[in-house]
Amino acid sequence: MKNPLDSITGTIVSGIILTIILLALLENFLNT
Amino acid sequence: MDFIFAGATDIYTGLMRFFHVIAGVAWIGLLYYFNFVQVPALKAAAADGTGAGITKHVAPLALLWFRWAALATWLAGAALLGDNFTTAFLLQDGYEAIGLGSWLGTIMLFNVWVLIWPNQQKILGMKKATDEEKTVARRVALLASRTNTMLSIPMLLLMTNGLSHKALLHI
Repeated sequence: MKNPLDSITGTIVSGIILTIILLALLENFLNT
Repeated sequence: MDFIFAGATDIYTGLMRFFHVIAGVAWIGLLYYFNFVQVPALKAAAADGTGAGITKHVAPLALLWFRWAALATWLAGAALLGDNFTTAFLLQDGYEAIGLGSWLGTIMLFNVWVLIWPNQQKILGMKKATDEEKTVARRVALLASRTNTMLSIPMLLLMTNGLSHKALLHI
C-alpha cells in the first residue's frame, strides 16, 4: 500500500480523517 | 475600554495568547510553505538544475524562522495554560480538547527539532553526510514534515473552535 503522506492530497485527507477520529474520541470517551 | 482597565493577569494572558498566535502563524505558515511550495518547486527545479538558489539562500533562512517559531509557539502556549498545564496534558477537567491539541503541538515540536532540523542540515550540506545518509535524511525529513502537516489539521481545529472555552476562561 502506498504511504498517503507521499502526496499532499493524501496528507490532507489523512489529517481530516484523524480530526474526525479525535472529535469522536472527545465526544464519546472524554468528558467534555 | 475593558482592555485598558483589565487586571495584570488579563494583560499577561492576552499578550501570551497574541504571541502564541503570531508565532503559530509563522510556524505553521512556513510548514505549509515547505509542503505546498518548496518541495514541489525543488522537484521542478531539479529537472532543469535551478534548485541551488532555493537550497542555498531560501531554505536555511526559512528553517531558522521555522524552528524558533515552533519553540516560541509551544512556550507561549505552555505559559497560557499556566497552572492548568498538567490538567490539559492529562486530558482532565474541561481541558480535554485543548489538551489533545497541546499533545499534537508537542509531537509537532518534537518532529521539528529532532527529525526535521537535523536531517535538513544533512540535506542542505550544513552537516557532513554521505550520499546514502542524505537519501535517508530526505525521506525522514519529508515524512516528518508531512506528518506535521497532517497533525496541524486536528491541532488547529482543537485549539480554535471553542472546544477549549474553559481553558480560555481560566476556570
